[in-house]
Amino acid sequence: MIRSVPRSRLFDGLYLAYLVAFFVYLALPLLVTAAFAFNDSPFPSLPWQGFTLDWYLADGSEGRTGLFHDDGLINALWVSAKIAFWVTLGSVALGCVNAVLFERLQFRGKEFLYLLMLLPLVIPGVILGVSILVFYSGTANEVSRLWGIELDIFRPGMTLVVMGQVTFITTLATLVIGARLRKFDPQLEEAALNLGATPLVAWFTVTLPWLLPSIFGAAAMAFLMSFENFNTTVMLTGSDTPLTVALFNRLREGSTPVLNAVALFLMVVSGLLAMLALRQNRGEQ
Amino acid sequence: MKSSASRLSLWLLLTPFLLWIVLLVLVPHIQMLRVSFQVRESWDTLAWGLEQYQNFFTESYYWRTFVRTGVMSLFTTFLTLLVAFPIAWYIAKMARGRSKGVLFLACLIPFWASELVRTYGWMILLRESGLFSSWLQALGWADGPVEMLYNDVAVIIGLVYNGLLFMVVPLVTTLDGMDENLVEAGYDLGGGHATVLREVVVPWAMPGIVSGCIVVFMLTLGSYLTPVLMGGKDSAWFTEQIFTQFITRFNWEQGAALGVLLLVLSSVMVWLGLKLSGQSLRKVMG
Repeated sequence: MIRSVPRSRLFDGLYLAYLVAFFVYLALPLLVTAAFAFNDSPFPSLPWQGFTLDWYLADGSEGRTGLFHDDGLINALWVSAKIAFWVTLGSVALGCVNAVLFERLQFRGKEFLYLLMLLPLVIPGVILGVSILVFYSGTANEVSRLWGIELDIFRPGMTLVVMGQVTFITTLATLVIGARLRKFDPQLEEAALNLGATPLVAWFTVTLPWLLPSIFGAAAMAFLMSFENFNTTVMLTGSDTPLTVALFNRLREGSTPVLNAVALFLMVVSGLLAMLALRQNRGEQ
Repeated sequence: MKSSASRLSLWLLLTPFLLWIVLLVLVPHIQMLRVSFQVRESWDTLAWGLEQYQNFFTESYYWRTFVRTGVMSLFTTFLTLLVAFPIAWYIAKMARGRSKGVLFLACLIPFWASELVRTYGWMILLRESGLFSSWLQALGWADGPVEMLYNDVAVIIGLVYNGLLFMVVPLVTTLDGMDENLVEAGYDLGGGHATVLREVVVPWAMPGIVSGCIVVFMLTLGSYLTPVLMGGKDSAWFTEQIFTQFITRFNWEQGAALGVLLLVLSSVMVWLGLKLSGQSLRKVMG
Protein backbone atom coordinates (compact mmCIF):
# COMPACT_ATOMS: atom_id res chain seq x y z
CA MET A 1 0.00 0.00 0.00
CA ILE A 2 1.27 3.43 -0.82
CA ARG A 3 1.08 4.96 2.63
CA SER A 4 1.77 8.60 2.01
CA VAL A 5 -1.02 8.93 -0.56
CA PRO A 6 -3.97 10.74 0.97
CA ARG A 7 -7.18 8.66 0.95
CA SER A 8 -10.47 9.04 2.70
CA ARG A 9 -12.37 6.33 4.50
CA LEU A 10 -15.27 6.70 2.08
CA PHE A 11 -12.95 6.11 -0.85
CA ASP A 12 -11.56 2.97 0.79
CA GLY A 13 -15.05 1.65 1.38
CA LEU A 14 -16.12 2.29 -2.20
CA TYR A 15 -12.97 0.68 -3.53
CA LEU A 16 -13.55 -2.43 -1.46
CA ALA A 17 -17.18 -2.61 -2.58
CA TYR A 18 -16.04 -2.32 -6.18
CA LEU A 19 -13.58 -5.19 -5.73
CA VAL A 20 -16.27 -7.42 -4.25
CA ALA A 21 -18.72 -6.52 -7.01
CA PHE A 22 -16.05 -7.27 -9.61
CA PHE A 23 -15.35 -10.74 -8.32
CA VAL A 24 -19.06 -11.51 -8.01
CA TYR A 25 -19.44 -10.44 -11.66
CA LEU A 26 -16.56 -12.74 -12.54
CA ALA A 27 -17.81 -15.79 -10.68
CA LEU A 28 -21.58 -15.60 -10.99
CA PRO A 29 -22.12 -16.98 -14.53
CA LEU A 30 -19.88 -19.95 -13.87
CA LEU A 31 -21.35 -20.78 -10.45
CA VAL A 32 -24.85 -20.63 -11.86
CA THR A 33 -23.95 -22.84 -14.82
CA ALA A 34 -22.36 -25.37 -12.51
CA ALA A 35 -25.25 -25.38 -10.03
CA PHE A 36 -27.95 -26.05 -12.61
CA ALA A 37 -26.13 -29.16 -13.81
CA PHE A 38 -27.59 -30.78 -10.68
CA ASN A 39 -31.10 -29.33 -10.67
CA ASP A 40 -33.84 -31.95 -10.90
CA SER A 41 -35.83 -30.09 -13.55
CA PRO A 42 -35.87 -30.30 -17.36
CA PHE A 43 -34.98 -26.60 -17.69
CA PRO A 44 -31.89 -24.86 -16.33
CA SER A 45 -33.84 -22.21 -14.40
CA LEU A 46 -35.38 -21.58 -11.00
CA PRO A 47 -37.12 -22.88 -8.94
CA TRP A 48 -34.69 -25.38 -7.46
CA GLN A 49 -36.26 -28.85 -7.62
CA GLY A 50 -33.67 -30.80 -5.69
CA PHE A 51 -30.36 -32.45 -6.36
CA THR A 52 -29.90 -35.04 -9.10
CA LEU A 53 -27.13 -36.67 -11.09
CA ASP A 54 -29.51 -37.48 -13.96
CA TRP A 55 -27.87 -34.99 -16.30
CA TYR A 56 -24.72 -37.05 -16.12
CA LEU A 57 -25.95 -40.58 -15.57
CA ALA A 58 -29.53 -41.02 -16.88
CA ASP A 59 -29.61 -43.60 -19.66
CA GLY A 60 -32.63 -42.31 -21.55
CA SER A 61 -35.15 -44.79 -20.12
CA GLU A 62 -37.14 -42.12 -18.25
CA GLY A 63 -37.05 -39.46 -20.94
CA ARG A 64 -33.77 -38.05 -19.73
CA THR A 65 -30.43 -38.67 -21.38
CA GLY A 66 -27.40 -37.77 -19.31
CA LEU A 67 -24.06 -36.67 -20.72
CA PHE A 68 -22.43 -40.10 -20.40
CA HIS A 69 -25.19 -41.76 -22.43
CA ASP A 70 -25.52 -39.01 -25.03
CA ASP A 71 -23.78 -40.50 -28.08
CA GLY A 72 -23.76 -37.22 -29.99
CA LEU A 73 -21.93 -35.34 -27.25
CA ILE A 74 -19.57 -38.17 -26.37
CA ASN A 75 -18.66 -38.49 -30.02
CA ALA A 76 -18.08 -34.73 -30.27
CA LEU A 77 -15.92 -34.88 -27.12
CA TRP A 78 -13.82 -37.56 -28.76
CA VAL A 79 -13.46 -35.55 -31.98
CA SER A 80 -12.36 -32.51 -29.96
CA ALA A 81 -9.81 -34.59 -28.05
CA LYS A 82 -8.34 -35.97 -31.28
CA ILE A 83 -8.10 -32.48 -32.80
CA ALA A 84 -6.54 -31.08 -29.64
CA PHE A 85 -3.98 -33.89 -29.57
CA TRP A 86 -2.73 -33.19 -33.10
CA VAL A 87 -2.83 -29.43 -32.60
CA THR A 88 -0.78 -29.75 -29.40
CA LEU A 89 1.77 -31.97 -31.10
CA GLY A 90 2.08 -29.76 -34.16
CA SER A 91 2.15 -26.37 -32.49
CA VAL A 92 4.52 -27.33 -29.67
CA ALA A 93 6.98 -28.92 -32.14
CA LEU A 94 6.82 -25.83 -34.35
CA GLY A 95 7.04 -23.60 -31.27
CA CYS A 96 10.27 -25.30 -30.14
CA VAL A 97 11.87 -24.90 -33.55
CA ASN A 98 10.75 -21.27 -33.83
CA ALA A 99 11.98 -20.45 -30.32
CA VAL A 100 15.48 -21.76 -31.11
CA LEU A 101 15.41 -19.96 -34.45
CA PHE A 102 14.58 -16.57 -32.95
CA GLU A 103 16.45 -16.78 -29.64
CA ARG A 104 19.69 -18.49 -30.64
CA LEU A 105 20.47 -17.74 -34.27
CA GLN A 106 21.46 -14.52 -35.99
CA PHE A 107 20.49 -14.05 -39.61
CA ARG A 108 19.43 -11.36 -42.02
CA GLY A 109 15.79 -10.31 -41.93
CA LYS A 110 15.24 -11.77 -38.44
CA GLU A 111 13.32 -8.74 -37.19
CA PHE A 112 10.94 -8.95 -40.15
CA LEU A 113 10.38 -12.69 -39.76
CA TYR A 114 9.70 -12.19 -36.05
CA LEU A 115 6.93 -9.75 -36.92
CA LEU A 116 5.54 -12.30 -39.39
CA MET A 117 5.61 -14.85 -36.56
CA LEU A 118 3.46 -12.52 -34.40
CA LEU A 119 1.00 -11.92 -37.24
CA PRO A 120 -1.52 -14.69 -36.41
CA LEU A 121 -2.15 -12.98 -33.05
CA VAL A 122 -3.54 -9.85 -34.68
CA ILE A 123 -5.76 -11.63 -37.23
CA PRO A 124 -9.29 -12.38 -36.00
CA GLY A 125 -9.91 -16.12 -35.63
CA VAL A 126 -12.82 -16.08 -38.04
CA ILE A 127 -10.57 -14.68 -40.79
CA LEU A 128 -7.90 -17.33 -40.15
CA GLY A 129 -10.58 -19.97 -40.64
CA VAL A 130 -12.09 -18.32 -43.70
CA SER A 131 -8.77 -17.83 -45.50
CA ILE A 132 -7.74 -21.45 -44.98
CA LEU A 133 -11.16 -22.61 -46.14
CA VAL A 134 -10.97 -20.45 -49.27
CA PHE A 135 -7.49 -21.57 -50.20
CA TYR A 136 -7.51 -25.29 -49.43
CA SER A 137 -11.12 -26.12 -50.09
CA GLY A 138 -11.09 -23.90 -53.18
CA THR A 139 -7.98 -25.68 -54.45
CA ALA A 140 -9.62 -29.04 -53.85
CA ASN A 141 -12.63 -27.90 -55.88
CA GLU A 142 -10.45 -26.71 -58.75
CA VAL A 143 -8.40 -29.90 -58.82
CA SER A 144 -11.56 -31.94 -58.84
CA ARG A 145 -13.05 -29.88 -61.67
CA LEU A 146 -9.94 -29.82 -63.86
CA TRP A 147 -8.47 -33.28 -63.37
CA GLY A 148 -11.15 -35.22 -61.55
CA ILE A 149 -8.85 -35.93 -58.59
CA GLU A 150 -10.55 -35.75 -55.20
CA LEU A 151 -8.38 -34.16 -52.49
CA ASP A 152 -10.68 -35.06 -49.63
CA ILE A 153 -8.26 -34.04 -46.88
CA PHE A 154 -8.62 -30.43 -48.00
CA ARG A 155 -12.40 -30.51 -47.71
CA PRO A 156 -13.85 -29.11 -44.50
CA GLY A 157 -13.09 -31.64 -41.80
CA MET A 158 -10.63 -32.58 -39.12
CA THR A 159 -7.48 -31.91 -41.12
CA LEU A 160 -8.50 -28.35 -41.93
CA VAL A 161 -9.57 -27.71 -38.32
CA VAL A 162 -6.16 -28.88 -37.10
CA MET A 163 -4.42 -26.67 -39.66
CA GLY A 164 -6.50 -23.63 -38.75
CA GLN A 165 -5.84 -24.02 -35.02
CA VAL A 166 -2.12 -24.71 -35.45
CA THR A 167 -1.87 -21.39 -37.29
CA PHE A 168 -2.35 -19.24 -34.20
CA ILE A 169 -1.54 -21.66 -31.38
CA THR A 170 2.00 -22.03 -32.79
CA THR A 171 2.61 -18.32 -32.18
CA LEU A 172 1.56 -18.67 -28.54
CA ALA A 173 3.71 -21.78 -28.07
CA THR A 174 6.68 -19.96 -29.62
CA LEU A 175 6.28 -17.05 -27.20
CA VAL A 176 6.03 -19.33 -24.14
CA ILE A 177 9.01 -21.52 -25.05
CA GLY A 178 11.04 -18.56 -26.34
CA ALA A 179 10.64 -16.71 -23.04
CA ARG A 180 12.19 -19.66 -21.21
CA LEU A 181 14.98 -20.11 -23.75
CA ARG A 182 15.93 -16.44 -23.34
CA LYS A 183 16.83 -17.15 -19.69
CA PHE A 184 19.07 -20.06 -20.64
CA ASP A 185 22.79 -19.56 -20.14
CA PRO A 186 24.49 -20.57 -23.44
CA GLN A 187 27.69 -21.26 -21.48
CA LEU A 188 26.09 -24.43 -20.16
CA GLU A 189 25.78 -25.71 -23.69
CA GLU A 190 29.33 -24.60 -24.50
CA ALA A 191 30.57 -26.49 -21.45
CA ALA A 192 28.89 -29.64 -22.75
CA LEU A 193 30.53 -29.11 -26.13
CA ASN A 194 33.94 -28.57 -24.50
CA LEU A 195 33.49 -31.78 -22.56
CA GLY A 196 33.21 -33.62 -25.83
CA ALA A 197 29.47 -33.75 -26.52
CA THR A 198 28.29 -33.41 -30.10
CA PRO A 199 25.87 -30.50 -30.66
CA LEU A 200 22.97 -32.94 -30.87
CA VAL A 201 23.89 -34.64 -27.58
CA ALA A 202 24.38 -31.23 -25.93
CA TRP A 203 20.94 -30.16 -27.11
CA PHE A 204 19.21 -33.28 -25.77
CA THR A 205 21.08 -33.46 -22.44
CA VAL A 206 21.43 -29.78 -21.52
CA THR A 207 19.11 -27.44 -23.42
CA LEU A 208 16.03 -29.61 -23.80
CA PRO A 209 15.76 -30.50 -20.07
CA TRP A 210 15.97 -26.76 -19.31
CA LEU A 211 13.12 -26.10 -21.74
CA LEU A 212 10.95 -28.99 -20.54
CA PRO A 213 8.78 -27.04 -18.03
CA SER A 214 7.89 -24.47 -20.67
CA ILE A 215 7.20 -27.22 -23.20
CA PHE A 216 4.74 -28.83 -20.78
CA GLY A 217 3.20 -25.43 -20.09
CA ALA A 218 2.86 -24.70 -23.78
CA ALA A 219 1.35 -28.14 -24.40
CA ALA A 220 -1.29 -27.67 -21.68
CA MET A 221 -2.13 -24.24 -23.05
CA ALA A 222 -2.27 -25.51 -26.64
CA PHE A 223 -4.60 -28.36 -25.66
CA LEU A 224 -6.93 -25.99 -23.80
CA MET A 225 -7.01 -23.39 -26.55
CA SER A 226 -7.69 -26.02 -29.18
CA PHE A 227 -10.41 -27.68 -27.12
CA GLU A 228 -12.19 -24.40 -26.48
CA ASN A 229 -11.76 -22.76 -29.86
CA PHE A 230 -14.92 -21.95 -31.74
CA ASN A 231 -14.33 -19.11 -34.21
CA THR A 232 -11.72 -20.78 -36.39
CA THR A 233 -13.14 -24.25 -35.94
CA VAL A 234 -16.69 -23.47 -37.00
CA MET A 235 -15.52 -22.32 -40.44
CA LEU A 236 -13.51 -25.46 -41.12
CA THR A 237 -15.47 -28.26 -39.54
CA GLY A 238 -17.07 -30.99 -41.62
CA SER A 239 -19.50 -33.72 -40.66
CA ASP A 240 -17.61 -34.80 -37.52
CA THR A 241 -18.36 -31.83 -35.28
CA PRO A 242 -16.12 -31.03 -32.33
CA LEU A 243 -17.63 -30.35 -28.93
CA THR A 244 -17.87 -26.56 -29.00
CA VAL A 245 -19.69 -26.63 -32.34
CA ALA A 246 -21.99 -29.45 -31.20
CA LEU A 247 -22.80 -27.51 -28.02
CA PHE A 248 -23.51 -24.38 -30.03
CA ASN A 249 -25.94 -26.27 -32.26
CA ARG A 250 -27.70 -27.74 -29.20
CA LEU A 251 -27.88 -24.33 -27.58
CA ARG A 252 -29.64 -22.89 -30.61
CA GLU A 253 -32.31 -25.59 -30.31
CA GLY A 254 -32.88 -24.66 -26.67
CA SER A 255 -31.02 -25.21 -23.46
CA THR A 256 -31.24 -28.30 -21.28
CA PRO A 257 -29.35 -29.14 -18.08
CA VAL A 258 -27.25 -31.58 -20.13
CA LEU A 259 -25.51 -28.51 -21.54
CA ASN A 260 -24.78 -27.40 -17.96
CA ALA A 261 -23.40 -30.85 -17.25
CA VAL A 262 -21.04 -30.60 -20.23
CA ALA A 263 -20.07 -27.05 -19.26
CA LEU A 264 -19.18 -28.10 -15.71
CA PHE A 265 -17.27 -31.09 -17.03
CA LEU A 266 -15.27 -28.78 -19.32
CA MET A 267 -14.59 -26.33 -16.50
CA VAL A 268 -13.25 -29.10 -14.26
CA VAL A 269 -11.04 -30.55 -17.00
CA SER A 270 -9.60 -27.19 -18.00
CA GLY A 271 -9.19 -26.23 -14.35
CA LEU A 272 -7.11 -29.35 -13.78
CA LEU A 273 -5.04 -28.69 -16.91
CA ALA A 274 -4.47 -25.07 -15.89
CA MET A 275 -3.41 -26.18 -12.41
CA LEU A 276 -0.96 -28.63 -13.97
CA ALA A 277 0.52 -25.91 -16.15
CA LEU A 278 0.72 -23.57 -13.16
CA ARG A 279 2.50 -26.18 -11.06
CA GLN A 280 5.03 -26.67 -13.86
CA ASN A 281 5.53 -22.94 -13.89
CA ARG A 282 6.11 -22.85 -10.16
CA GLY A 283 8.60 -25.72 -10.40
CA GLU A 284 10.58 -23.70 -12.85
CA GLN A 285 11.10 -20.77 -10.50
CA MET B 1 33.34 -26.20 -42.59
CA LYS B 2 31.83 -24.51 -39.57
CA SER B 3 30.02 -21.95 -41.64
CA SER B 4 28.40 -24.60 -43.83
CA ALA B 5 27.30 -26.49 -40.72
CA SER B 6 25.73 -23.41 -39.18
CA ARG B 7 24.13 -22.60 -42.53
CA LEU B 8 22.66 -26.09 -42.59
CA SER B 9 21.24 -25.73 -39.08
CA LEU B 10 19.81 -22.33 -39.96
CA TRP B 11 17.96 -23.82 -42.93
CA LEU B 12 16.84 -26.83 -40.91
CA LEU B 13 15.21 -24.48 -38.39
CA LEU B 14 14.01 -21.96 -40.93
CA THR B 15 12.17 -24.48 -43.13
CA PRO B 16 9.42 -25.47 -40.66
CA PHE B 17 8.89 -21.82 -39.79
CA LEU B 18 8.60 -20.81 -43.45
CA LEU B 19 6.28 -23.73 -44.27
CA TRP B 20 4.01 -22.73 -41.39
CA ILE B 21 3.90 -19.02 -42.10
CA VAL B 22 3.66 -19.35 -45.90
CA LEU B 23 1.24 -22.27 -46.19
CA LEU B 24 -1.06 -21.41 -43.29
CA VAL B 25 -0.94 -17.62 -43.11
CA LEU B 26 0.41 -15.82 -46.18
CA VAL B 27 -0.87 -17.90 -49.11
CA PRO B 28 -4.41 -18.39 -47.71
CA HIS B 29 -4.75 -14.67 -47.07
CA ILE B 30 -3.48 -13.75 -50.54
CA GLN B 31 -5.95 -16.22 -52.02
CA MET B 32 -8.76 -14.70 -49.95
CA LEU B 33 -7.82 -11.27 -51.29
CA ARG B 34 -7.78 -12.65 -54.86
CA VAL B 35 -11.15 -14.36 -54.52
CA SER B 36 -12.67 -11.15 -53.17
CA PHE B 37 -11.93 -9.47 -56.53
CA GLN B 38 -13.44 -12.27 -58.61
CA VAL B 39 -16.87 -11.97 -60.08
CA ARG B 40 -18.69 -15.17 -60.97
CA GLU B 41 -20.29 -14.77 -64.39
CA SER B 42 -21.54 -18.30 -64.76
CA TRP B 43 -20.81 -21.51 -62.90
CA ASP B 44 -17.34 -21.93 -64.47
CA THR B 45 -16.27 -18.52 -65.75
CA LEU B 46 -14.75 -15.83 -63.62
CA ALA B 47 -13.86 -12.22 -64.29
CA TRP B 48 -12.06 -9.60 -62.23
CA GLY B 49 -14.17 -6.89 -60.72
CA LEU B 50 -15.16 -4.87 -57.72
CA GLU B 51 -18.73 -6.13 -57.51
CA GLN B 52 -18.40 -7.52 -53.98
CA TYR B 53 -17.00 -4.26 -52.66
CA GLN B 54 -19.70 -2.29 -54.47
CA ASN B 55 -22.30 -4.48 -52.77
CA PHE B 56 -20.76 -3.62 -49.44
CA PHE B 57 -21.07 0.12 -49.99
CA THR B 58 -24.45 0.15 -51.72
CA GLU B 59 -26.28 -2.20 -49.38
CA SER B 60 -26.61 -0.26 -46.18
CA TYR B 61 -27.11 -3.44 -44.17
CA TYR B 62 -23.46 -4.41 -44.74
CA TRP B 63 -21.71 -1.17 -43.97
CA ARG B 64 -24.02 -0.28 -41.11
CA THR B 65 -23.21 -3.55 -39.41
CA PHE B 66 -19.54 -2.91 -40.16
CA VAL B 67 -19.57 0.53 -38.54
CA ARG B 68 -21.69 -0.72 -35.66
CA THR B 69 -19.32 -3.61 -34.98
CA GLY B 70 -16.32 -1.28 -35.05
CA VAL B 71 -17.87 1.33 -32.77
CA MET B 72 -19.21 -1.20 -30.30
CA SER B 73 -15.83 -2.95 -30.19
CA LEU B 74 -14.11 0.36 -29.42
CA PHE B 75 -16.63 1.13 -26.71
CA THR B 76 -16.26 -2.37 -25.23
CA THR B 77 -12.47 -2.01 -25.21
CA PHE B 78 -12.68 1.33 -23.44
CA LEU B 79 -15.17 -0.02 -20.90
CA THR B 80 -12.98 -3.07 -20.26
CA LEU B 81 -10.03 -0.78 -19.56
CA LEU B 82 -12.11 1.28 -17.11
CA VAL B 83 -13.37 -1.82 -15.31
CA ALA B 84 -9.99 -3.54 -15.22
CA PHE B 85 -7.73 -0.66 -14.21
CA PRO B 86 -8.77 -0.32 -10.54
CA ILE B 87 -8.59 -4.10 -10.16
CA ALA B 88 -5.12 -4.24 -11.70
CA TRP B 89 -4.02 -1.31 -9.50
CA TYR B 90 -5.25 -3.08 -6.39
CA ILE B 91 -3.55 -6.35 -7.30
CA ALA B 92 -0.26 -4.71 -8.32
CA LYS B 93 0.05 -1.97 -5.73
CA MET B 94 -2.23 -2.50 -2.72
CA ALA B 95 -2.57 -6.23 -2.15
CA ARG B 96 0.29 -7.82 -0.24
CA GLY B 97 1.75 -11.30 0.02
CA ARG B 98 -0.65 -14.20 -0.37
CA SER B 99 -3.73 -12.18 -1.18
CA LYS B 100 -1.95 -10.73 -4.21
CA GLY B 101 -1.44 -14.15 -5.79
CA VAL B 102 -4.90 -15.32 -4.82
CA LEU B 103 -6.63 -12.29 -6.32
CA PHE B 104 -4.60 -12.59 -9.50
CA LEU B 105 -5.55 -16.27 -9.82
CA ALA B 106 -9.19 -15.41 -9.14
CA CYS B 107 -9.08 -13.14 -12.18
CA LEU B 108 -7.93 -16.07 -14.30
CA ILE B 109 -10.54 -18.58 -13.15
CA PRO B 110 -13.36 -17.63 -15.57
CA PHE B 111 -11.03 -18.32 -18.46
CA TRP B 112 -10.77 -21.95 -17.57
CA ALA B 113 -14.19 -22.10 -19.20
CA SER B 114 -14.59 -21.54 -22.90
CA GLU B 115 -16.36 -18.55 -24.42
CA LEU B 116 -19.38 -20.72 -25.13
CA VAL B 117 -19.70 -21.77 -21.48
CA ARG B 118 -19.29 -18.18 -20.27
CA THR B 119 -21.93 -16.93 -22.70
CA TYR B 120 -24.25 -19.74 -21.67
CA GLY B 121 -23.82 -18.70 -18.04
CA TRP B 122 -24.90 -15.16 -18.88
CA MET B 123 -27.89 -16.45 -20.82
CA ILE B 124 -29.06 -18.41 -17.78
CA LEU B 125 -28.75 -15.27 -15.67
CA LEU B 126 -30.28 -12.71 -17.98
CA ARG B 127 -33.07 -14.36 -19.96
CA GLU B 128 -36.76 -14.13 -19.27
CA SER B 129 -36.86 -17.35 -17.27
CA GLY B 130 -33.46 -16.56 -15.85
CA LEU B 131 -32.17 -15.93 -12.36
CA PHE B 132 -32.19 -12.14 -12.33
CA SER B 133 -35.76 -12.14 -13.54
CA SER B 134 -36.78 -14.62 -10.82
CA TRP B 135 -34.96 -12.65 -8.13
CA LEU B 136 -36.57 -9.39 -9.19
CA GLN B 137 -39.98 -11.02 -9.00
CA ALA B 138 -39.23 -12.62 -5.63
CA LEU B 139 -38.19 -9.23 -4.27
CA GLY B 140 -41.38 -7.72 -5.61
CA TRP B 141 -39.55 -5.27 -7.88
CA ALA B 142 -41.12 -6.71 -11.03
CA ASP B 143 -44.61 -7.99 -11.69
CA GLY B 144 -43.85 -10.43 -14.45
CA PRO B 145 -40.82 -12.03 -16.09
CA VAL B 146 -38.25 -9.48 -17.26
CA GLU B 147 -36.31 -10.10 -20.46
CA MET B 148 -32.77 -8.79 -20.09
CA LEU B 149 -31.18 -10.84 -22.84
CA TYR B 150 -31.20 -10.07 -26.59
CA ASN B 151 -30.19 -6.42 -26.50
CA ASP B 152 -27.01 -4.41 -26.89
CA VAL B 153 -26.43 -3.96 -23.18
CA ALA B 154 -26.41 -7.73 -22.71
CA VAL B 155 -23.95 -8.10 -25.60
CA ILE B 156 -21.61 -5.52 -24.07
CA ILE B 157 -21.80 -7.14 -20.62
CA GLY B 158 -20.81 -10.43 -22.22
CA LEU B 159 -18.05 -8.91 -24.35
CA VAL B 160 -16.48 -7.01 -21.44
CA TYR B 161 -16.59 -10.23 -19.44
CA ASN B 162 -14.74 -12.06 -22.22
CA GLY B 163 -12.07 -9.39 -22.53
CA LEU B 164 -11.26 -8.75 -18.85
CA LEU B 165 -8.47 -11.28 -18.45
CA PHE B 166 -6.60 -9.95 -21.45
CA MET B 167 -6.75 -6.46 -19.96
CA VAL B 168 -5.98 -7.32 -16.32
CA VAL B 169 -2.86 -9.42 -16.98
CA PRO B 170 -0.82 -6.88 -18.99
CA LEU B 171 -1.92 -4.05 -16.68
CA VAL B 172 -0.82 -5.92 -13.56
CA THR B 173 2.47 -6.81 -15.22
CA THR B 174 3.36 -3.22 -16.10
CA LEU B 175 2.00 -1.65 -12.90
CA ASP B 176 3.95 -4.19 -10.87
CA GLY B 177 7.18 -2.79 -12.22
CA MET B 178 6.33 0.81 -11.31
CA ASP B 179 8.34 2.37 -8.52
CA GLU B 180 5.93 3.62 -5.85
CA ASN B 181 8.26 6.52 -5.11
CA LEU B 182 7.23 7.98 -8.45
CA VAL B 183 3.66 8.26 -7.25
CA GLU B 184 4.71 9.70 -3.91
CA ALA B 185 6.95 12.20 -5.64
CA GLY B 186 4.00 13.25 -7.77
CA TYR B 187 1.96 14.02 -4.66
CA ASP B 188 4.89 15.66 -2.90
CA LEU B 189 5.28 18.01 -5.83
CA GLY B 190 1.72 19.14 -5.27
CA GLY B 191 -0.20 17.04 -7.80
CA GLY B 192 -3.77 15.97 -7.09
CA HIS B 193 -5.22 12.52 -7.80
CA ALA B 194 -6.09 13.37 -11.38
CA THR B 195 -2.73 14.95 -12.16
CA VAL B 196 -0.73 12.06 -10.71
CA LEU B 197 -2.87 9.56 -12.59
CA ARG B 198 -2.50 11.46 -15.85
CA GLU B 199 1.16 12.44 -15.60
CA VAL B 200 2.72 9.54 -13.75
CA VAL B 201 0.64 6.36 -13.66
CA VAL B 202 -0.88 6.30 -17.14
CA PRO B 203 2.38 7.06 -19.00
CA TRP B 204 4.11 4.34 -17.03
CA ALA B 205 1.35 1.80 -17.69
CA MET B 206 1.10 2.70 -21.39
CA PRO B 207 2.68 -0.48 -22.80
CA GLY B 208 0.26 -2.56 -20.74
CA ILE B 209 -2.71 -0.39 -21.66
CA VAL B 210 -1.90 -0.60 -25.37
CA SER B 211 -1.29 -4.33 -25.38
CA GLY B 212 -4.46 -4.97 -23.38
CA CYS B 213 -6.53 -2.70 -25.60
CA ILE B 214 -5.22 -4.25 -28.81
CA VAL B 215 -5.93 -7.80 -27.69
CA VAL B 216 -9.37 -6.95 -26.30
CA PHE B 217 -10.31 -4.98 -29.42
CA MET B 218 -9.21 -7.83 -31.69
CA LEU B 219 -11.09 -10.41 -29.66
CA THR B 220 -14.23 -8.29 -29.53
CA LEU B 221 -14.19 -7.43 -33.21
CA GLY B 222 -13.73 -11.07 -34.14
CA SER B 223 -16.11 -12.54 -31.60
CA TYR B 224 -19.04 -14.50 -32.86
CA LEU B 225 -20.69 -16.47 -30.05
CA THR B 226 -21.44 -13.63 -27.66
CA PRO B 227 -23.17 -11.26 -30.14
CA VAL B 228 -25.02 -14.10 -31.86
CA LEU B 229 -26.32 -15.75 -28.70
CA MET B 230 -26.89 -12.66 -26.55
CA GLY B 231 -27.77 -10.08 -29.19
CA GLY B 232 -31.25 -9.22 -30.40
CA LYS B 233 -32.71 -9.27 -33.88
CA ASP B 234 -31.24 -5.93 -34.89
CA SER B 235 -27.89 -6.25 -33.15
CA ALA B 236 -26.05 -8.00 -35.97
CA TRP B 237 -22.29 -8.49 -35.77
CA PHE B 238 -20.00 -8.38 -38.79
CA THR B 239 -18.54 -11.86 -38.25
CA GLU B 240 -22.10 -13.16 -38.44
CA GLN B 241 -22.41 -11.82 -41.98
CA ILE B 242 -19.14 -13.44 -43.03
CA PHE B 243 -20.41 -16.68 -41.59
CA THR B 244 -23.72 -16.34 -43.42
CA GLN B 245 -22.02 -15.75 -46.78
CA PHE B 246 -19.77 -18.77 -46.40
CA ILE B 247 -21.91 -21.34 -44.69
CA THR B 248 -25.51 -20.48 -45.58
CA ARG B 249 -25.28 -18.80 -48.99
CA PHE B 250 -22.12 -20.40 -50.36
CA ASN B 251 -21.19 -16.99 -51.75
CA TRP B 252 -17.46 -17.25 -51.15
CA GLU B 253 -16.61 -14.19 -53.22
CA GLN B 254 -18.81 -11.91 -51.11
CA GLY B 255 -17.68 -13.62 -47.91
CA ALA B 256 -14.01 -13.16 -48.87
CA ALA B 257 -14.59 -9.46 -49.55
CA LEU B 258 -16.24 -9.01 -46.16
CA GLY B 259 -13.37 -10.94 -44.57
CA VAL B 260 -10.82 -8.64 -46.22
CA LEU B 261 -12.72 -5.60 -44.97
CA LEU B 262 -12.76 -6.92 -41.40
CA LEU B 263 -9.05 -7.67 -41.62
CA VAL B 264 -8.34 -4.17 -42.93
CA LEU B 265 -10.38 -2.61 -40.12
CA SER B 266 -8.59 -4.59 -37.41
CA SER B 267 -5.13 -3.95 -38.92
CA VAL B 268 -5.78 -0.22 -39.24
CA MET B 269 -7.00 -0.01 -35.65
CA VAL B 270 -4.02 -1.96 -34.31
CA TRP B 271 -1.64 0.22 -36.34
CA LEU B 272 -3.34 3.41 -35.17
CA GLY B 273 -3.20 2.27 -31.56
CA LEU B 274 0.52 1.57 -31.84
CA LYS B 275 1.25 4.87 -33.64
CA LEU B 276 -0.78 7.05 -31.28
CA SER B 277 0.86 5.57 -28.22
CA GLY B 278 4.34 5.33 -29.72
CA GLN B 279 4.64 1.58 -29.07
CA SER B 280 5.87 -1.21 -31.33
CA LEU B 281 4.19 -4.54 -31.97
CA ARG B 282 7.27 -6.40 -30.81
CA LYS B 283 7.35 -4.60 -27.48
CA VAL B 284 3.62 -4.96 -26.92
CA MET B 285 3.16 -8.60 -27.99
CA GLY B 286 6.57 -10.26 -27.72
